[in-house]
Amino acid sequence: MSFETPPTVSTSANSRPAGSGEPGEITTEQVAHLAGLARIHLTPDEITKLTGELAAIVENVAKVTEVATPDVPATSHPIPLTNVFRQDVVGLTLTQEQALSGAPEHDGSRFRVSAILGEEQ
Amino acid sequence: MAKAELMDYDRAIELFEPVLGFEVHVELNTKTKMFSDAPNFFGGEPNTNVTPVDLGLPGSLPVVNEQAVKYSISLGLALGCSIAPSSRFARKNYFYPDLAKNYQISQFDEPIAFGGSVEVELADGRLFTVPIERAHMEEDAGKLTHVGGATGRIQGAEYSLVDYNRAGVPLVEIVTDIIYGAEADAPELAKAYVSTIRDIVVSLGISDAKMERGNLRCDANISLRRRTAPGEPPAKLGTRTETKNVNSLRSVERAIRYEIQRQAAILEKGGTIIQETRHWHEDTGQTSAGRPKSDADDYRYFPEPDLLPVEPSAELIAELRAALPEAPAIRRRRLKADWGFTDLEFQDVVNSGLLTEIVETTAAGASAQAARKWWTGEIARIANSRGVDASTLVTPMHVSELVALVEAGTLTDRLARQVLEGVIDGEGTPDEVVAGRGLAVVSDDGALIAAIDEALASQPDVLAKIRDGKVQAAGAVIGAVMKAMRGQADAARVRELVLERASA
Repeated sequence: MSFETPPTVSTSANSRPAGSGEPGEITTEQVAHLAGLARIHLTPDEITKLTGELAAIVENVAKVTEVATPDVPATSHPIPLTNVFRQDVVGLTLTQEQALSGAPEHDGSRFRVSAILGEEQ
Repeated sequence: MAKAELMDYDRAIELFEPVLGFEVHVELNTKTKMFSDAPNFFGGEPNTNVTPVDLGLPGSLPVVNEQAVKYSISLGLALGCSIAPSSRFARKNYFYPDLAKNYQISQFDEPIAFGGSVEVELADGRLFTVPIERAHMEEDAGKLTHVGGATGRIQGAEYSLVDYNRAGVPLVEIVTDIIYGAEADAPELAKAYVSTIRDIVVSLGISDAKMERGNLRCDANISLRRRTAPGEPPAKLGTRTETKNVNSLRSVERAIRYEIQRQAAILEKGGTIIQETRHWHEDTGQTSAGRPKSDADDYRYFPEPDLLPVEPSAELIAELRAALPEAPAIRRRRLKADWGFTDLEFQDVVNSGLLTEIVETTAAGASAQAARKWWTGEIARIANSRGVDASTLVTPMHVSELVALVEAGTLTDRLARQVLEGVIDGEGTPDEVVAGRGLAVVSDDGALIAAIDEALASQPDVLAKIRDGKVQAAGAVIGAVMKAMRGQADAARVRELVLERASA
């Protein structure tokens, strides 16, 4: 609907890289913000370095839009395969100990994460 | 929470037209999750029904559950939707730890089903057609428990604990088009719509559909549009709010009514409605402000590269269509005829939102009349006094067992009501409550006769009257015997025996 579904977005807007309006507009502030959201600690040097690298990637991707003409259909899946399914049969699961083994913090049964000032999506 | 100002409901409807929209999430009851072969079960020990896919571990890859796709197609068809010849998954990116991947696999620009409608019946029997925009497949998120902070709510929490057992459970999200024309019936329509969706998924057998367990969840969108004089152009649509956490049919109705009254009060004072999510609080019967929300919420959707498009064959769609149960309206007509209910009796059932429960109770062996009587009578009464949905109190199986005990003469109606209370309060099955509370009818004539003889002996004047043919005098003796039996006797049988002993 209408209410929840965002307006139909063209494929080019859909594949727009994160954190920018126009290609090449990656700023150190954006990188620092994203790193914060992703809980990745970055030093100021790393932020500067990543900002440059991400800007270069964005620029390169932007070249695709220059060569793609309106009559080229958007491609999300280059390999012509469809309907790859799994039968509804229960398989092996991790034990709780295995599931938590990579967690920086847990309470013995659940992952422990920083409080998020936000809400469920 | 500060109490919001509310406008009188009738006045609000006089000034404004309510405009609605719903998103209903249905958890499918497949054996495994949407994209992994972990059991589709939560509520057990945390983080045990998980695989590397559900934890978003590096190198893990999702694979689509075929059964979930079939269920989604069936649901789409039941909603009168077209099934997309090709549909694909998309990543909805966001930073929140209820999914470990930092995105939810959903569908965006190519949902599996689109463009349908559902016929909903209102209390007075009028039919209302709710337009369906789309139904798409996605995965459920994990369960967060916020610890610390004064209120246990998200703001102020010190940390959160995450259980990913629910992460990856298959969901279908049903999104309506904008719904106009509900007018004063908007709250009732909301309830009837969710109830109809519940009936549909239950009759398809694709979801457990327990709202209190979150199998079926409704987000209710509402805005108000100011009425204009005849001849004037219609006013622009108002700003909407999206109320979440509406976990019962009763709250769906109450939440819509509340939002109409709250928004009307703000608008009438010249204020503006903030576009935001709002949280429904069952205990206070109010909504509170949540996250500001805009149409431009940017989730950076992009096609999910790990999953291939779903292209159901025409044969599969035809096969699933042929297997569909009857449409809700046809089903209702058939049930009414099968059960021999009057218009009033049947309307009562539909309005109570308990059609599913009554069908299941009759399937368990009870007569339709008995099932109706218990569900819309005593159970609904208790539910109402406790402020919950009747369906959460007791199972159809237990109601059927209770009916059987009454029909076998083990319980009188009065005793059965006590047994029902015991079942609702968790004392076990009806049989267990009968045994535990010692509630069965005393059918041993010996015990009854002893009590009758004692009562007759202590009321010789009554005995004389009965012997004179004044049969109605027996009432006093019957009352004394019932009291002595603590109500656990069949009054009709006691009466028979009293007359027999009196004339002996």
